[in-house]
Amino acid sequence: MRNIFLFVRRYFNFILFLLLQGFSIYLIVHYSNYHNAIFSKTSNQVTGKINEKFNSVTSYFRLKKTNDSLVAANEMLYNKLKADFEYPDTTSRLKIDSIKVDSMEQFRKYQYYPARVVYNSVAAQNNFIVLGRGSSQNIKLGMGVIDPNSGVVGVVTEVSSGYAVVMSLLHKDSHLSGKLLKGGETGTLNWDGKTPNIISLAGIPKGVKVVKGDTIISSGFSTSIPKGMMMGIVEEVKSDKSTNNHLIKFRTAANFYNLEFAYVIENKQTEEIKSILEKEKQKSQ
Amino acid sequence: MNSFVKNIIRFSLFILVQVFVLDKIHLHQMVTPYVYFLFIIWLPFRMGRTQQMLLAFALGFAMDSFRHHPGFHTAACVMIAYIRPFLVNLLIPQEGADSNYEEPSFKSLGGILPYMIFIGVLTFIHHGWLFLLEAWQFGNIWYFLIKTILSTMLSLFLIVIAEMLFTRQQKFKTNTV
Repeated sequence: MRNIFLFVRRYFNFILFLLLQGFSIYLIVHYSNYHNAIFSKTSNQVTGKINEKFNSVTSYFRLKKTNDSLVAANEMLYNKLKADFEYPDTTSRLKIDSIKVDSMEQFRKYQYYPARVVYNSVAAQNNFIVLGRGSSQNIKLGMGVIDPNSGVVGVVTEVSSGYAVVMSLLHKDSHLSGKLLKGGETGTLNWDGKTPNIISLAGIPKGVKVVKGDTIISSGFSTSIPKGMMMGIVEEVKSDKSTNNHLIKFRTAANFYNLEFAYVIENKQTEEIKSILEKEKQKSQ
Repeated sequence: MNSFVKNIIRFSLFILVQVFVLDKIHLHQMVTPYVYFLFIIWLPFRMGRTQQMLLAFALGFAMDSFRHHPGFHTAACVMIAYIRPFLVNLLIPQEGADSNYEEPSFKSLGGILPYMIFIGVLTFIHHGWLFLLEAWQFGNIWYFLIKTILSTMLSLFLIVIAEMLFTRQQKFKTNTV
């Protein structure tokens, strides 16, 4: 027993070193995105505050770029307005809707919330974006996030009362499903952790014809991101010798270097889908 | 200034500079300089090793909380805090010279070369361990090595500039203590 105490005293620093290293590596490995430790909520709130202070200064430098992107988004929306189309025939007449309540509201599936990006990283292997909008402003875990020109950015993985952390596409654990616009084949997105804005799409069989310049959109299979959001444009297609799949690299539609604003998408039917899945699981057990 | 107050100011300044200035730099989309661990390098000689490691843990943890994935910087900081005393013992010019000066600098380690070796080795270990944990595999060893070496060079360059800009007043204390 005495020897053990002597040993611990003699090598105390080394043991402490091993303990601290072990604890850090434990944190790296076991920090799952849906199991928030208590500290992350408070630290998220504190770092979010600091980030917001800095962002309020730096956002001025990019005002012009932000304005341009918002103008482009507005232009796109204006062109979708019904009033811009005039039918030459006489069958369509202008009618005044006499119902005061918006009767479509109960069928609403997606609701968009604007949010300001207060922190953004692209250099690390696991990149995150912090939005200045949190659970007290309707943000919940698992919501999808897009940029003003409807390019997919990521999924909300952590929420505090005033801030939300988004796991961006540039994250090693981020595996959303993407789809080729032309053929409709779906695959999984992966990031190799090297070049920001370049992501690979895995799982597209060699039989499918893919060329540079093809568009990749979101598949809509997950409850977080609606179908048809722009994911990116194919840059490079190679054939994988070991499997029967293409190796596709594409440039993301959202430019992760200069995100200023983002829209968070709430799927109002998530609960319903989840409850059905839950029932199905119970049945099969 | 009291060294306790000084170190608190350094701690917060280094974190802020790292998060809001240096983290925005991505040369060729792979090289990012890290300078914040100068806090650990500049800790006083006479501080105990246990305290050094705990402080390094706190520094890394504060850094990680901005990254929203704890562990990476914590591990790297603890690593260099553990290795630092060995290096000081190796490089210090004469027996007991570490009690002549407060903290490591060009002057207290007796010249440019020993001090450069000191910060160079620590920077390399910090970057190597950090990038290794981030990649979590030996998969692409060349990419890892090139990234580590280039980042180390850039960080060292910035550290030397920082040393020249903010010269620390090092008082010579008699070694009759």
